[in-house]
Amino acid sequence: MGNEKIITSRRKFLKTATALAGATIGYTWLKSSQILLFAAKPKDESLPWYGIVIDIQKCIGCGNCAKACKNENDVPLEPFYFRTWVEQYTVKNDGSVIIVSPNGGIDGFKQTVPNEDIFKSFFVPKMCNHCSKSPCTQVCPVGATFESPEGVVLIDEKYCIGCRYCVQACPYGCRFIHPVKKVANKCTLCYHRLKKGLAPACMETCPTGARMYGNLRDKNSELVKFLKEHTTMILRPHLNTGSKLYYNALSSEVR
Amino acid sequence: MEPHYQHLYEILAHAQGYIFPNEIDLQWGILIVVYPFITGLVAGAFILASLERVFKVKILKPTYQIALLTALSFLLVATMPLISHLSQPQRAYEIMITPHSSSAMAIFGFVYLWYLAVVLLLEIWFDYRHSLVVWATEKTGIMRLVYKILTLGVNDISPRTLKWDRKLGYIITVVGIPSAFILHGYVGFIFGSLKANPWWSSPLIPIIFLFSAMVSGIALIMLVYMIVSYVRKKAIDLNVLDSIGKYLFFVLILDFTLESLDQIHRIYEAEESFEIIKLLVSGKLYLTLFVAQGLIGTIIPLVTLVFLQFYKHKIRLQKTMYFIVSILVLIGVYSMRWNVVIGGQLFSKSFSGFTSFKVGLIGLDGTLMAAFWLILPVGILAFLLWLLPPWKMVKEEDE
Repeated sequence: MGNEKIITSRRKFLKTATALAGATIGYTWLKSSQILLFAAKPKDESLPWYGIVIDIQKCIGCGNCAKACKNENDVPLEPFYFRTWVEQYTVKNDGSVIIVSPNGGIDGFKQTVPNEDIFKSFFVPKMCNHCSKSPCTQVCPVGATFESPEGVVLIDEKYCIGCRYCVQACPYGCRFIHPVKKVANKCTLCYHRLKKGLAPACMETCPTGARMYGNLRDKNSELVKFLKEHTTMILRPHLNTGSKLYYNALSSEVR
Repeated sequence: MEPHYQHLYEILAHAQGYIFPNEIDLQWGILIVVYPFITGLVAGAFILASLERVFKVKILKPTYQIALLTALSFLLVATMPLISHLSQPQRAYEIMITPHSSSAMAIFGFVYLWYLAVVLLLEIWFDYRHSLVVWATEKTGIMRLVYKILTLGVNDISPRTLKWDRKLGYIITVVGIPSAFILHGYVGFIFGSLKANPWWSSPLIPIIFLFSAMVSGIALIMLVYMIVSYVRKKAIDLNVLDSIGKYLFFVLILDFTLESLDQIHRIYEAEESFEIIKLLVSGKLYLTLFVAQGLIGTIIPLVTLVFLQFYKHKIRLQKTMYFIVSILVLIGVYSMRWNVVIGGQLFSKSFSGFTSFKVGLIGLDGTLMAAFWLILPVGILAFLLWLLPPWKMVKEEDE
């Protein structure tokens, strides 16, 4: 009788243990598949989910955006390291493409290709795409890079170990290691200004209104209206970065 | 202009075509070349040791402990180039206490510790325990104490316990083989999983890393075996060399095939990055890819290894050739690491230009530092071979 009791309880124990182990393995498997599939989603419905529009047709290549950004955000005042910069594309009649961005466009541009050789020429402002499936956030080994509840990709400077994996992971070249702070640095969409209801410095200063930011969730926002009325494109769509920076009139030469 | 920007202005002047303004300096320098090279040596050396143990390749017996101790010496140093390349090395521990689950890099510390503590140290301990107990009784003074500590107080050398030592050691080796594969395949994954970089992003990269790791590990053991025999004034067993040489040949063939497949695939698919990569391999990587990795590190060793399987006349010449082959193969694999790590950063992600890279001599990220991290394991190995001489081990009765 006593023996039987022990056997039953042992069987029960084994059953429970197997079920628990199975559940743990199953949960881990599900969890790990979530780890492999990386994407940020808007969590707090009351907060905006920011997106950006850059209208290439409006950009005149004055470089004020890059200059304002450097002043606002303590970016080294050298002709390298930018949180935002402007590229000048010149497509020649023979099909070759010349790209330049002297000092990020801060000092303006000079066209060196003779007029008769030019097929078309335009300016492309670049900045962080604030991707929702951002490769840089995905690879940070300590989680020093994160996405704010508003979908802005930020860095905790006191936490970054400076492994530079994020710089490697960004396909848009938007990150750099700050030469003085020795940690990763990038566009924050002027998060400190956004929080006060101010526009990012680059957008504030743009004389033609080529840059726009807004709440992608608010269907009445200027940004969403613009996206509805224009055919926009993101950079490197095949990489599936979930970019929230939409370009109007983006030419196929731009990478 | 501040002085610490000076070198960046020089690079700016040497940039070709268009690079994004943040791409001026390479993020990962020579230390990150050294890092996969070292972990590769560890994985490769361990796999060779496991061959002997699990598949009972008796002829490789003289290299078994040498391979294990070599793996340990290099593994002990493996994290150092990583930590010293961080911009904030004092925060390195964060990767262990707050790992970010989606990051491929975050798991490195755990993979590393598993491999070091669970696999290598345990296997070596089980293998040496009998000898340690005996040495602890034979020696006097401080060495007696050292060996006593190394036994961890387990002094039972009854046949039954020794049988258990062998059994557990065997189990650890069996666990160790996939662990070695994981360790280095994983290092490859750190590069291969970056979709932003077309030179790295490939599912073949982890496998290529693994096979090149085995190539380098096997070559290193061949070299170490020869040097150790020379220093001990013992004859080098040509059968051992022939046997290692055979393995080296097959693994090198596989490695070469996989790398060729990767390149052929790239060329045939010719994606948007193709033009810039074509310029990269025919320009900045020409010497290190075609000459150092291809010719010196692969073709010449392959031909020589085939030749050595047939040429059996002058023993001295054969040994010299094996010696040279092992060095050439190591140069080849080092160049492969260089081509992957540095090559992947020389072209702009705009696919429209190149930055330039000049290795500095001094500084935390300089050549001297890299050389130090490569020489230090050799010193550790010499020490370990002195402390735990495989040739003085107590012979097991049933062997």
